[in-house]
Order: sequence, then C-alpha cells, then structure tokens
Amino acid sequence: MSHAHLGFGALAYDVAHLLDGAALILSFFLLYQTRILGVVNLYAIQAGVLAAAAFWQGWVQNDRDLYAAGLITLAAKAIAIPILLRRVIRKLEIHREIETTIGIFPSMILGLLLVVLAVLAVLPATTGALSLVREDMAMALSVVLLGLLTMITRRNALTQAVGFLSIENGLILAALGAVGMPMIVELSVAVLVLVAAIVFGLFVFRIRERFSSLDITALDRITGAHR
Amino acid sequence: MSTILSVMALLLHAVLLIALAPLATGVVRIVKARLLGRRGPALMQPWRDLPRLMRKQAVVAESASFVTTAAPFVILSATVAAGLLVPSFALHMAGAGAADLLVVVGLLGLARASLALAAMDAGTGFGGIGSSRDMTFAVFAEPAMLLVALTFALLAGTTNLDAIAAVLREGTLGLRVSIGLVLVAMVLIALAENGRMPVDNPSGHLELAMVHEAMELEFAGPHLAFLQLAASLRLLIWAGLFGTLFSPFLLARADAPMQWLPALLGWIARVVIICVALGALEVSIAKMRVFRVPEFIGAALLLGLLAAVYLFVSTGFA
Repeated sequence: MSHAHLGFGALAYDVAHLLDGAALILSFFLLYQTRILGVVNLYAIQAGVLAAAAFWQGWVQNDRDLYAAGLITLAAKAIAIPILLRRVIRKLEIHREIETTIGIFPSMILGLLLVVLAVLAVLPATTGALSLVREDMAMALSVVLLGLLTMITRRNALTQAVGFLSIENGLILAALGAVGMPMIVELSVAVLVLVAAIVFGLFVFRIRERFSSLDITALDRITGAHR
Repeated sequence: MSTILSVMALLLHAVLLIALAPLATGVVRIVKARLLGRRGPALMQPWRDLPRLMRKQAVVAESASFVTTAAPFVILSATVAAGLLVPSFALHMAGAGAADLLVVVGLLGLARASLALAAMDAGTGFGGIGSSRDMTFAVFAEPAMLLVALTFALLAGTTNLDAIAAVLREGTLGLRVSIGLVLVAMVLIALAENGRMPVDNPSGHLELAMVHEAMELEFAGPHLAFLQLAASLRLLIWAGLFGTLFSPFLLARADAPMQWLPALLGWIARVVIICVALGALEVSIAKMRVFRVPEFIGAALLLGLLAAVYLFVSTGFA
C-alpha cells in the first residue's frame, strides 16, 4: 500500500474511496429493493452520497467547481427528482410491490459478475494511475452497469427510470474520480438527467393512460413481439 | 508478568461477559418497549428469570432421548467457549492463539446444530418446523460468514481474530471498500444468527412465524435457562466481533492494565449503542415472510462474495 505514508493524501483518498464504496453498495440495494417507494428513497440516498463525495473532492482539491457540482447533485437528484417521482407514485397510486423479471437472487449474482467485469475491464486499462483511483473508476463503472441491470430486470416503467438515473450517478462518480474534469461536462450531464427525468415523468403518465398499468410488457403488443 | 495479566484479562472478560449478557438483552427489551410507548420490563428482569428457571424442575417429553437433556449443556458450553475467544475490551488475552474466526463460527454452528437436533428430538411439530427453518437460514448464513473470514484472511493474511485486529490497528490498510462490504454483510448475518427482527421475531409466539422460539418450546426449567443465557451471550459475542474487526483501535492490550478501564467503558458503550440501535431497528421494521429470508441472507452471501472477489481481482492487478 504505497499511499499509506502520504499523510493527509491517504485520508483524502480513503474517504473518497469509502463514499464510492457506499454508492456501489447502494446500487446493490437498489437491485435488491422490490418496493417502489424504497427504490426512490435508495436513489435519493445514493445521490446524497454522491453529493458528499463531490463536496469532499472539492474540499480536498480546493476546487469551487466541484462544490457547485455537489450542490447541483444535492438539489436536483437528492431532493427535486425524488420529490417528483414520489408525486408521480402518489398520483398513480402504485405503492404496491414491483415484480422483477428474473428474481432477486439471480439478479444479485448477475450484479456480482458485472462488478467483476468492471474491475477486470478498468484495472488493466489504467495501469500507471494510483491504485485507489483505478479502483474508484472500477466502482463507477460498476454503478453504471448495475444501473443498466436494474433497468433490465424490472418491468415497471418507473423503476426503469430510476435505474436510468442511477446510471447517471455512476457517470458523475467517474467524473469525480478523474481530477480536472471540466465543469461543463458535469453540468451537461446534470441538465441531461433533469430533462430525462421530466421526459420519463410524462412518458410514465402516457403509458398509464393507454394501458392502465406501468408494466412495460404491455408495449410488446405494439411492436408485435407479443408473447 | 504479561502471562499473568493476559490470564487476568481473560478472567475479567469471562466474568463480565456472563454478567452483562442478560443485561444486554434487557436493554434491547427496554428500548423496544419505550419506543412502543410501554414501560417495559426492568433491566434486571432477564437476570431474575435465570435463577427462577434454575430452581424449577426440568420437564422432559416422554418420547425424548438423551439429546434433549444433553443439548442445553452442549449449547451453553459451545457458546461460552466462543465467547471466551472473541475479545471484548482487550486484545492478546490468554488463549488468543485459538481465537480463530473459523473456530468461533464453528462453535456457534455447533450450538446451532445441537439446538436444531434437540428441537426435533421430542417429535413435536413446532420444534421440527423451527429447526428446518433455522437450518435453511444457516445454509446461507454460514457460507456468508466464511466469505467474511476469507476477506479478512486476504486483507490481513490470517483468520486469527487477534492478529486481524493487530493488522487493522496499524492502519496501513486504510479504508478499503471490501471492509465496507463485509460490514454490511456481517450486519445482515448477525441479524439472522441472533434471530432478530427482519428474520425472526424474538418476542413473537405466533405459530406460523416463529423460528427460534419454536425450537425452545420443549425446554423447561434449567434447560430453558441455559438456552436463554446462550442466546444472550450470542448477542454479546457478535457485538464483540464487530468491535474487534471494525474498531480495533478502541481495544486495550492485555499486558497494559492502565488501558483496561477506558477500553472497558468503550466496550460497554459500544454494546449499549448496538443494543439501542437493534431495539430501534426492531420496532421500525416488520418481520419478513420466512420464504423471503433466504433472499435476505443470500444478499449477505453475495456481498461477502463481492468483498472477497473485489479484493482478489483488484490486488491481482495492483
């Protein structure tokens, strides 16, 4: 462990590392949680962890842009989007359990394999960087892949939207790990996700109007792929 | 000198462990009662129950074999043995060489298997249901615990609790994401192993839902007292495991008696915090269906596996 005698640098990396790890664990919880309000709450917590990571990096690197990124994350993703999603849930009256297509245990195993895949993909590609930075990148990629998996394993349009939003959390995590990422990148991603959340909100209402359910297998009938 | 001190530390540890175990159970009950708006039993109630039960006659079913009478002794002695190995306030106590994580898991497993056997012994329905459920949970919980041990073995190069704590105390490992994953996995396993709320309701007597209570139904008098003391001890053993593995900085060295008092207070504070947190958790969530429990402990298994695999893969390239 070469970072052990870096003094403050070691602590800075350790805390950042721990926050990244927390985001990864929350992604797994997202995969495990089957209740729709629980899914939204977990997403809000993950965004909060992300904001904390941004503030921490801003403090360590003494970078005002990162504070701004943290504030945007906190305001938009930990507060505004969850409120929006909860309002949608209340309006549609869907507090009931959501079904996963392949079951929790297989999806957790798939998630585990995806994390291994992320580590195997990132670590050889980033030789030369600090070992902890590389692990952070691997974790960010894992969060992205786990978000994708959440989207794939769920049938409910709203949980798929949360899966999509958590993919974006992974992207921000990767941006935080890379020192000197320009602010404009983070801003554009943040705006993109806000727009996506609004589109998803409208989309969910439309599906509901047409099919009186959020189960997106109803959409198969349109494309002719009806089972 | 240091040998005498290490033996003294062990003796103090043993006395305190047995004296405080029922009190810890009492704290959890009080916290739960207060949060639910009741006054709850007195703190000393579990300690009053034990002598009361000891004075009674041990009623044994006619159809029961020697397993029923032997099991309480096996369970209590295995649990006490595990309790002597897990440090509470001091590292390097006498017998620290035997304090292997795998040995502790094995001893607790022995206690669990004995209870499952004894519960089936009398041939009543509830005992059988309880044992079958408990064994189903164990199928997931024990491999999960072994993966936790594997993760610590990869990190510290040993499965000896004392040696792991010594390595973690140096702080050269830093905060690793695997330790975080293992912590979450261990919390889930601890809830399952202690028969706590999302898995089992320790104060519930609903026939369809009980697990641990169902296994204790056929025991009376001293036998029941032994089982209750063992269950209380197990809670404290798990508190000790968390303290040793995740906050080894707060433990004293057995050969430095000046450090004992603050470490003792720290240990008691830790146990109280864990008990209060447990009580608060138990009143705020509902018990899950028995069929969902394997998923719950399976998540712990996968988190343990993830911690080990992550460590394995990432150190492979470092």
